[in-house]
Amino acid sequence: MNSPDSAGKRREITPHGVEHSNVTFTVNGKRHELELDNRTTLLDTLREHLQLTGSKKGCDHGQCGACTVFVNGTRINACLTLAVMHEGDEIATVEGLGDVEHLDPMQQAFIDHDGFQCGYCTPGQICSAKAVLEEVRAGLPSHITQDLNTPIELTDAEIRERMSGNLCRCGAYSNILKAITQVAEAHP
Amino acid sequence: MDFNQSAEDNLFDHARVIGKPHPRVDGLLKVTGRAPYAYERHNVVANQLVGYPLCATIAKGRITHMDASAARAAPGVAAVVTTAELEPLERAKSNIAHLFGGAKIEHYHQAIAVVVAETLEQAHGAAGLIEVRYEEAPGVFDLEDAFERLQDIGEPQTNVGDVDAALQAAPVTLDAVYRTASQSHAMMEPHASIVDWSEGGQMTVWTSNQMIDTNRQALATTFNIDADTIRVESPYIGGGFGGKLWLRADAVLAALGSRETGRPVKVALPRPMIFNNATHRSGTIQRLRIAAGSDGKITAFDHAAISHTLPGGSGEDAVNQTRCFYAGENRRVAHHPIDMGLPESADMRAPGEASGLAVLEIAMDEMAEKLGMDPVEFRILNDTQVNPEEPSKPFTERHFVECLRKGADTFGWAERNLEPGGRREGQWLIGHGMAGAYRGAPTMTSGARVRLQKGRLIVETDMTDIGTGSYTILTQTAAETMGMEMQDVEVRLGNSAYPTSSGSGGQFGATSTTAGVYAACVALQEQIAKRLNVDEARFENGRVVSGQKDLALADIADGEEIVAEDSINFGDFKDELEIGTFGAHFIEVAVNAYTGETRVRRMLAVCDAGRILNPITARSQVIGGMTMGVGAALTEGMSVDTGRGFFVNHDLAGYEVAVHADIPEQEVIFLETTDAASSPLKAKGVGELGICGVAAAIGNAIYNATGVRIREYPMTLDHMIDQLPNTER
Repeated sequence: MNSPDSAGKRREITPHGVEHSNVTFTVNGKRHELELDNRTTLLDTLREHLQLTGSKKGCDHGQCGACTVFVNGTRINACLTLAVMHEGDEIATVEGLGDVEHLDPMQQAFIDHDGFQCGYCTPGQICSAKAVLEEVRAGLPSHITQDLNTPIELTDAEIRERMSGNLCRCGAYSNILKAITQVAEAHP
Repeated sequence: MDFNQSAEDNLFDHARVIGKPHPRVDGLLKVTGRAPYAYERHNVVANQLVGYPLCATIAKGRITHMDASAARAAPGVAAVVTTAELEPLERAKSNIAHLFGGAKIEHYHQAIAVVVAETLEQAHGAAGLIEVRYEEAPGVFDLEDAFERLQDIGEPQTNVGDVDAALQAAPVTLDAVYRTASQSHAMMEPHASIVDWSEGGQMTVWTSNQMIDTNRQALATTFNIDADTIRVESPYIGGGFGGKLWLRADAVLAALGSRETGRPVKVALPRPMIFNNATHRSGTIQRLRIAAGSDGKITAFDHAAISHTLPGGSGEDAVNQTRCFYAGENRRVAHHPIDMGLPESADMRAPGEASGLAVLEIAMDEMAEKLGMDPVEFRILNDTQVNPEEPSKPFTERHFVECLRKGADTFGWAERNLEPGGRREGQWLIGHGMAGAYRGAPTMTSGARVRLQKGRLIVETDMTDIGTGSYTILTQTAAETMGMEMQDVEVRLGNSAYPTSSGSGGQFGATSTTAGVYAACVALQEQIAKRLNVDEARFENGRVVSGQKDLALADIADGEEIVAEDSINFGDFKDELEIGTFGAHFIEVAVNAYTGETRVRRMLAVCDAGRILNPITARSQVIGGMTMGVGAALTEGMSVDTGRGFFVNHDLAGYEVAVHADIPEQEVIFLETTDAASSPLKAKGVGELGICGVAAAIGNAIYNATGVRIREYPMTLDHMIDQLPNTER
């Protein structure tokens, strides 16, 4: 929140340098050339400028994971990064995973196991879930990985640990675990 | 339709669709990111501006100076509306704190201005340019202090028998003080609204709210306008848990911004405002005395609790369940809401019972230990089939004992650790705990309209789906009643243009609104029968059948639309009955012998909640409650700065809800019961039952694991680390 500084006063802020920048990147394979206020986060660019509202704003602090998207194949919190930092990047969001006729297996698994209730954290959960399986396949260790010299076993604990940046206040965690496990077993 | 007596055998007892595990009908929209939540509705109205709120940084006092000139001159800013330039807006009866207007500050993070600009960045940046000076007033922020003053005073809500004599005479008694923490709903979608009041006449509100009609009435009061000029839409809601029952600052600021700029304005509360601007569950301090004979039969309960509220509110009534959960001739319960200057406390999932059972069910565990009894058997012994305060009032369907027995069998309770601190696996101490669950089963008047269009049925009601599954169970109800397939039914919710429903809250939504949709469908059937000139008709396989007549629904009236509307009204015969929901929770924990870290390893809930309308969505409600209960037990607590009067940990890093890594395997069993006194569908709610008692079951399991009895939530490691059983160091 904003509050006066210790002197109880605020000066008008005069920007140093340019306030807007051009940036070009792709979202779900489609190229976008944008002129943006430098302060615009990647999340607000997606939701407000491109009207791709599947990525959600739960906290705007990088604390809830609802805004999880892929940048060049890696999951990140879109609220914690400015759009102008993504020149030339390939961005993917839940809208690019599948549509109503052609669901991604992870989307279908979330329906099969009721891995959501209110649905607000769901796009972020689904993006993270897909990333988790890729990260384990790629041999990226987590905080709880015991042995760094052997292939990582996709245990329940590994999945839970790696999904813990995605909050679900409705409490669908144990159903989400089943959904991820279903996809992992079908696509080893 | 009047529901004036218990339901007889009806179509729901021979159900084809109701009670079956149908996946959510809104699932496709949610997994593809296409369900439109309030702040995202770019397409409902053009030229939207963005509002960003500014909040008070004192808890109590007055604004003496406010200068928004720099903000008004900032790039992209269309308007700034400050609280100081308006008279206080009228307070709706569902609000305790004033939402805006005037110089008076009633609580920290009260909204004091909204900056409206072309973009969020511009509005947010300009909000930081507003100068505010305050004159602070002293406030009361410490519940502990109030508890010391209030012991044994005040009028009890109930006082049956002679509690003091029973406590004195009993061979086994308990007298202990417990504390529960203030909690935030912390729903994933912050409060958000788009408001178009640009003409100053008709107001349209796209919002995230659990109770459409209450919201509309509150807007009418707040802005002193006719409710008929307001339209409210809230078709998708990113979680509520009670936090979105009432009108809040997002809609008020957006409306003021829209009136000022002549354009639609959208406002989302920044996450920190959820903790100090929006409502929360008050913390409690509770003193509980229980007396029992050496046979284990309880003779007296004496339960007193305090909680905080802004003046005029009711706080968190943690004693209510103690009036009728267990038998016992003598009881006295008293709740004292304490006027304090903290932000507005109000309802959160199972208000009262969540905090009350968190304490009562630990006390029951302590009593069982004193008596040398199995805590399951102790509860079974003290079951009651009548309201113990009014023995003439029977429980309609109370299968609490069955929940306990079924739970104990399924969980393997007989193999539990018997000696506190006695079971160890490596560095982990293993413990088992259980608790009972009880929550009422209220019902409310609820309306719906149905439209038969060429063999398709549209259902319209202002009911909301906050993740509970309303879309799905109402589709099932209509399909069942009309003899149609679910894919031929479309349910439209959350719009004030539709008939007024119960709304979502108090565990009454599913029961009330399915009955309301049933009533509307019956009204439609009557219309159809009339058109066909028959007295009675059967509706099956998408057809209406009567005698020789056998017609597809699509062919009635040559496909012309037929509309019917009705509501369900629940009669006062229910006043003579106790209608409740019951459950039992069983938990296994592992507590680290060196650090006191608690891991929940296994959770089981057995629920008795009447007919389960959809076992998928009902189960999700219960595991959601269990998950919230893990947070309540172990991590969730809003820390009060008792000097400055605000909740310090006002974000999702400082306020720790349960995450994936905290939640183990969860099992839910629904008893196959029905409650004919509840509704035509013989159903009751489960959304709040799931959280009731969970925290206590975890606390009891921690005691069983460690021998450390913690009477304060959340049960963080600092409460036990110096008392853990001797370990080799």
